[in-house]
Amino acid sequence: MKPQDFDVYKNMLYAKSGYVITIDKAYLLESRLAPVIKKHGIANMDLLTMKMRSNPPTALVDDIVDAMTTNETMFFRDQKPFDKFRDVIVPGIIKAKGPNCTIRIWSAACSSGQEPYTLGIMMKENALKWAGVKFEIIATDLSREILDQAKAGKYSQFEVQRGMPIMMLVKYFTQTGETWTIKDDIKNMVQFRQFNLLDPMEQFGTFDVIFCRNVLIYFDQQTKGKILEKMAKRVHKHGYLLMGGAETVLGITQAFKPLEGERGVYIPA
Amino acid sequence: MKSCLVVDDSRVVRKVARRIIEDLGFSCDEAEDGVKAYEACQKAMPDSILLDWNMPNMSGIEFLEKLRAMPGGDAPKVVFCTTENDMAFIQRALMAGANEYIMKPFDGEIVATKFSQIGLL
Repeated sequence: MKPQDFDVYKNMLYAKSGYVITIDKAYLLESRLAPVIKKHGIANMDLLTMKMRSNPPTALVDDIVDAMTTNETMFFRDQKPFDKFRDVIVPGIIKAKGPNCTIRIWSAACSSGQEPYTLGIMMKENALKWAGVKFEIIATDLSREILDQAKAGKYSQFEVQRGMPIMMLVKYFTQTGETWTIKDDIKNMVQFRQFNLLDPMEQFGTFDVIFCRNVLIYFDQQTKGKILEKMAKRVHKHGYLLMGGAETVLGITQAFKPLEGERGVYIPA
Repeated sequence: MKSCLVVDDSRVVRKVARRIIEDLGFSCDEAEDGVKAYEACQKAMPDSILLDWNMPNMSGIEFLEKLRAMPGGDAPKVVFCTTENDMAFIQRALMAGANEYIMKPFDGEIVATKFSQIGLL
């Protein structure tokens, strides 16, 4: 792909989502846009680029943004953040708010739903211990298509195998052939909404926990800072922010600081 | 070093599984059916067993039931690794004492995740 063609997508993607792609990811652009080309009946990549240079229809632009910003996920991804949620974060919030509190959680880039459903399963598994606590899970993603998938709660054999312990698979899923569907009692615990992290966040109110893992890596430093500062205003004083293992707030914002001894967990500064 | 017994009637599957499990830091032995696996366990009980379901002479589920009944047979962590992916099979395996269950096809990441979740890694 020619650099000037690549820039058409790079600039559009940055303007619409804040995502930054570099020329070394041109191969990703071509492979991820192949289904979009097919869906819109466009003969090839060059013709798609031509369309993008003129006045592309909104549906086409949305599909390109969807295709480029959809990220891989899995149930109980990295495990440790969920252990910390159970052993450090929820006890910390209960200590601050009392045993009969409501804990509001935001899964800020939920993709196909594995993260919020993992949280729902954890709440069921710890229901006795957290008997008085009411949980609210808001899960957002930029992609409408991936949110539809998340809401359906249907996963392939390959997807459930990547992270879901077998006892929980049997307990919380139903099976139809090679498709595994999360049961309604878990599904009903999660509210899914389409949301762009670049937009104002006031509509969501305030959270006790924000999961924002492995998503800010796609933004430039300035955008990361803006998003984190907006999040800091949406998290309670006693609240927590969880980021991916390779991510940090250090050098980006002073609105959060690391929670000592708990890698990947941040608290308002 | 922890040990793992790979039980599968397919030589190719045993070879692939062995490579994955050795990469995870385990010493590995192989058995081609339940009878051979039972004999191996009588000689030396492994820390973990990766177990196929359908095999000649003695199936994986028969082997697991016999293993759990033998002295020291409750110790190994048993992970089924099979093409039997129906819920009824999974439930039967769990009832018989399986610790985890992998539905074929599988890869190294799935094996590592499952081994980690049951405390082998």
